[in-house]
Amino acid sequence: MSVFCSLQEAVAEALHDGDTVAMEGFTHLIPFAAGHEVIRQGRRNLTLVRMTPDLIYDQLIGAGCAAKLVFSWGGNPGVGSLHRLRDAVEHGWPQPLALEEYSHAALANAYDAGAARLPFAAFRGSPGELPRVNPKYRTVVCPFTAETLTAVPAMRPDVAIIHAQRADRAGNVMIEGIVGVQKETVLGAARSIVTVEEVVETFDGSPNACVLPHWAIGAIAVVPGGAFPSYAYGYYQRDNAFYIAWDGISRDRDSFRSWIDEHVMRSGPEAFARRASRVA
Amino acid sequence: MSYSPDELMTVAASRCVDGNDVCFVGIGLPSAACNLARRTHAPGITLIYESGTIGARPTILPLSIGDGELCSTALTTVSVPEFFRYWLQSGRITVGFLGAAQIDRFANLNTTVVGKYESPGVRLPGAGGAPEMAAHCQRIFVVMPQSRRAFVERLDFLTTRGHGDGGDHRRRLGITTAGPVKVITDVCVMEPDPETRELTVTRMHPGVTRDHVQAATGWPIRFAAEVRETAAPSEDELAVLRHLRLETENAHTAKEPA
Repeated sequence: MSVFCSLQEAVAEALHDGDTVAMEGFTHLIPFAAGHEVIRQGRRNLTLVRMTPDLIYDQLIGAGCAAKLVFSWGGNPGVGSLHRLRDAVEHGWPQPLALEEYSHAALANAYDAGAARLPFAAFRGSPGELPRVNPKYRTVVCPFTAETLTAVPAMRPDVAIIHAQRADRAGNVMIEGIVGVQKETVLGAARSIVTVEEVVETFDGSPNACVLPHWAIGAIAVVPGGAFPSYAYGYYQRDNAFYIAWDGISRDRDSFRSWIDEHVMRSGPEAFARRASRVA
Repeated sequence: MSYSPDELMTVAASRCVDGNDVCFVGIGLPSAACNLARRTHAPGITLIYESGTIGARPTILPLSIGDGELCSTALTTVSVPEFFRYWLQSGRITVGFLGAAQIDRFANLNTTVVGKYESPGVRLPGAGGAPEMAAHCQRIFVVMPQSRRAFVERLDFLTTRGHGDGGDHRRRLGITTAGPVKVITDVCVMEPDPETRELTVTRMHPGVTRDHVQAATGWPIRFAAEVRETAAPSEDELAVLRHLRLETENAHTAKEPA
């Protein structure tokens, strides 16, 4: 049963040091405001799960929140490297980061199995050398055809965090546009936090719209602009210029730290509405 | 009209597809090539980005695979698990374009690390959609600039299997698709030998010599019995590509950073 609360309360209540947390949103609806709240609250030793770590995990890793990263593609899309992720892997700064990596298909299948509460996912493919470095890649033989398939364990994080466009007053949540793996992430997690752009009286979408019922969600926090600098379809655009600028900001440890200090530590969720309004 | 090696590579890649193709499109050069094809000889082509946007018709080149315009212009947008399970794994996608930091003579690709996995010199982004693309798209085109750093005798990490150990290795693994059928670089086009599956130069770009190709390759490169010259980009292709890139650059740098 979903509960409306502040983002600060939602994170304090649901996410603890050492938890496995998946903050999803495939390029779209990335829960940046929630990620910043996690940094402000000083969570440590998290296992961070995301198909595409993106800037949000670059920030959490550089801020020292993460002990492990589970992922399938760790770059700055269309720009290049995630420099904080690289610095952690290549030089152990600010602390060593364990990696558990998959392909997109493997991790998407793992989330799907998590939502279905199956123990594992099976799929076809040829995983190259990944099974050598990730022992969670296994094989399973189809009992009907004897075909050998690749298997990975279901993704069942302690906490799912997503951003969505709208909640209604009953606490149901609607997602539009690129829906990624957000639904699967919430349904597979033990606890969940959803930030939304706004609360509406009723949803006026198609009967097939992507809706998470209130009884499948934990906490909801209203954070307009909460996906900036990614985007919320129908509300504001992706700030591609900021993704390009991040390359310079994050390349250097000091400029990264001063950016985090100014835009995260000395700021709050309310700042996101103003940031996103520039790309509305 | 004069053109750059990068423009020739992009145009050559765009000519690999036709209007009946269903293309899995990655960001960067593949996206430029596919959108160029859609605006020139292949208006009917279907472009799919791994964000689940099927039939996207972007007016500019997206910076990420999930830019809003891909969704708003798409025929439909599906979830990421559905995309990989129903649409890619099922074999419904005809063409995929891939690039890599390293490639070997059997068109196996590394996008994971340079150096040792456990203590990498350079940590690269990783697999993304590539391993299953290479397994399930009907055919794969690899597009990347050619150099000894990238065209290596031995990969530091095998992220994505092309022709594996060569010969019938794909078939022995139960993979029924063609795999990499062309490697298009800024100096030449290579195709796998029909028997050994070793990459063989079949075309060289205008002005390029065999020594030039060998100097950019980290193994003794083979040449086909007949090596033809790549056709230069037409004025129309260049004009469309340049317009597309200009519009894209203007759009992506329009806003001040936060």
